[in-house]
Amino acid sequence: MRYFYSILSGALFGIGLTVSGMIDTTKVQGWLDVFGDWDPTLAFVMGGAIIPMSIAWMLTKKLGKPLAGGEFPEPTEPFVDRSLIIGSTMFGMGWALVGLCPGPSFASIAINGIGGLVFIAAMTGGMLLAPRLKNYLDAGTA
Amino acid sequence: MEQDWIWGLVGGVMIGTAGAVLLLANGRIMGASGIFGGLIDRSGWSTAKERIAFLIAVMVFPLAIYPLYGSVDTHLTDNYWIIIIAGLLVGLGTRTANGCTSGHGVCGISRFSFRGIMATVVYIVAGGFTISIARHVLGLI
Repeated sequence: MRYFYSILSGALFGIGLTVSGMIDTTKVQGWLDVFGDWDPTLAFVMGGAIIPMSIAWMLTKKLGKPLAGGEFPEPTEPFVDRSLIIGSTMFGMGWALVGLCPGPSFASIAINGIGGLVFIAAMTGGMLLAPRLKNYLDAGTA
Repeated sequence: MEQDWIWGLVGGVMIGTAGAVLLLANGRIMGASGIFGGLIDRSGWSTAKERIAFLIAVMVFPLAIYPLYGSVDTHLTDNYWIIIIAGLLVGLGTRTANGCTSGHGVCGISRFSFRGIMATVVYIVAGGFTISIARHVLGLI
């Protein structure tokens, strides 16, 4: 059943990204471009997504364990380190340059042509380099 | 267009429901960079099949609704240099920060995670600066 739920979740995620317009790079860049022709759509997408997701987090307390086995993820420590800040800064820069983040890059892979594949290849390269950067940042101040 | 926000809300609820299914059924956080990144750096190979099933569904199911739109244009730039730089930054940044828009944004904010909220503020502010400079000062994009 775990695979069924993975596929169901992926299907909803992919279709939701498409319906919401978040596979359109101009809408993502439009949200970030406050000095240009600002597009508020992303805020509605984020707001819409947070509603069912916050209900789900509340339900985890009642359920105790996930339906298909395993454990719910532990809460994260309320502490911000260099990796989080520097990593998120780099991500934000890349996200703004083309208007693609990881989810939509997969959801629109069928229609983004070579450019979409080049993006995913470069993202994969960045992910292979990430453990080195993270180790370096985490080693400095704990 | 005027109705864009309605479709944004509808699609957003679907995205949140997707995250709810993965959490409540499988006990996993729906973060695209984490699900894919765990396959790339081998940290998630013990759950590789679930990850692959999720990613294939993300890639395939949108095909079912494209016909409703006639033509879908994602307006992706054709400047491969910018795409390569952006992809490297997104891959390096999301894995260093342990999350992207779906993991830190959707899932993190919903559980009032301080790290998720901080990450989201930082990447949106960094993105805002980047597009302002790249578009309005340098004229690159």
